[in-house]
Amino acid sequence: MRITQGTFSFLPDLTDDEIKAQIDYALGKGWACSIEFTDDPHPRNTYWDMWGMPMFDMKDASAVMMEVTACRKAKPDQYIKVNAFDNSRGIESMAMSFLVQRPAEEPGYRLQRQETRDRQLRYTTESYATARPSGARYRASSAE
Amino acid sequence: MSVDLQALLRDAKVTEVLEKLDRELVGLAPVKARIRETAAFLVVSRARAQLGLEAATPNLHMSFTGNPGTGKTTVALRMADILHRLGYVRKGHLVSVTRDDLVGQYIGHTAPKTKEILKKAMGGVLFIDEAYYLYRPENERDYGQESIEILLQVMENHRDDLVVILAGYKDRMDTFFRSNPGFSSRIAHHIDFPDYSEPELMSIAQLMVERMNYRLDTEAQAALREYIERRVQQPHFANARSIRNALDRARLRQASRLFDRALEHGGATGVDELQSLSASDIRASRVFHAPVTDTKPERHAHH
Repeated sequence: MRITQGTFSFLPDLTDDEIKAQIDYALGKGWACSIEFTDDPHPRNTYWDMWGMPMFDMKDASAVMMEVTACRKAKPDQYIKVNAFDNSRGIESMAMSFLVQRPAEEPGYRLQRQETRDRQLRYTTESYATARPSGARYRASSAE
Repeated sequence: MSVDLQALLRDAKVTEVLEKLDRELVGLAPVKARIRETAAFLVVSRARAQLGLEAATPNLHMSFTGNPGTGKTTVALRMADILHRLGYVRKGHLVSVTRDDLVGQYIGHTAPKTKEILKKAMGGVLFIDEAYYLYRPENERDYGQESIEILLQVMENHRDDLVVILAGYKDRMDTFFRSNPGFSSRIAHHIDFPDYSEPELMSIAQLMVERMNYRLDTEAQAALREYIERRVQQPHFANARSIRNALDRARLRQASRLFDRALEHGGATGVDELQSLSASDIRASRVFHAPVTDTKPERHAHH
């Protein structure tokens, strides 16, 4: 199941040139880019791991792309996203956040039903991938 | 197949920058000639690339050597502008750093620091002043070596993304290049900045005075000429920078002279007085009290 989230979630995956153009747009707006990665892509998991510090005072997209490349190399089978943070007064939040890498295979989510009192049902979703310990999730599935 | 070089030059507005360089910088004839050559080379490579004769980006990393105050930083700024107009760097900004900005103080500190600076310079020009301080042969565990390795790697792999200019004293840079062959093989353009002659320093001084909205009368001009003659022969002479400092001190003296007089006598101070530096403001310098030595000390002494 192809997971989508963030800006451009309705589009096919961006090519490197498109990613570069988006980063250039963000830098042109004065936003600071940062890179995050995870192997737990649950939509409610907002705490992804940071790839280095957020990058302030960058002028060119190639600087951010260099880090994206480095992150892809180190985490070839995880989700990676680029965030653009607008620090202007009164906004101070993410202006843009989009995926730049996804694992080769995405097993999708199981719908879990929990019976509670009065025959009520509570629903939750759980990624099949997270059944494995962190770090071994997507790697193992792609190796099979 | 043909290509219109003139149109290429006109579109890039490079001649404008070259003329500005000519107008704003006094002297430096060999430097200007080299910049012109480099610009011509860049325009021709661009034309060749358009016709499919050249695929790879030419090697653009440079070294600027010369004594302090000879205009290396200013020329680097113009160079960034030229490279930007010709499309060799995407943004055209200049990031000026020294060893302290690149090298860390403990293990694991240097690589992130150097990378941070390199990332900031991407799309523009990285200007490393006194680059030879990166290499300290007397301490084999110096972190400068780590910084050099990262620099070399990025200079090679990210040629399209940034241009590195190394600057410093001629002889120390020569030693630096000898002990780091990796650098000398990656730097194609060596430009040497000569010291300014005394008449050139005088016209620089006059330009500076003009830009600061001051005036020198004939007497003050004579005093300044004499000042330059004496200053050149004294130690720690830093070309245009020394002239700037001398003028700044003269402005201080002028201010306190006007201030004292106003306190004593009261009354209005005219625009003319506020604008003019007198001979006494210049002659009060310690340069006029130091004995003039017979032998001219080495102009490129280190300090």
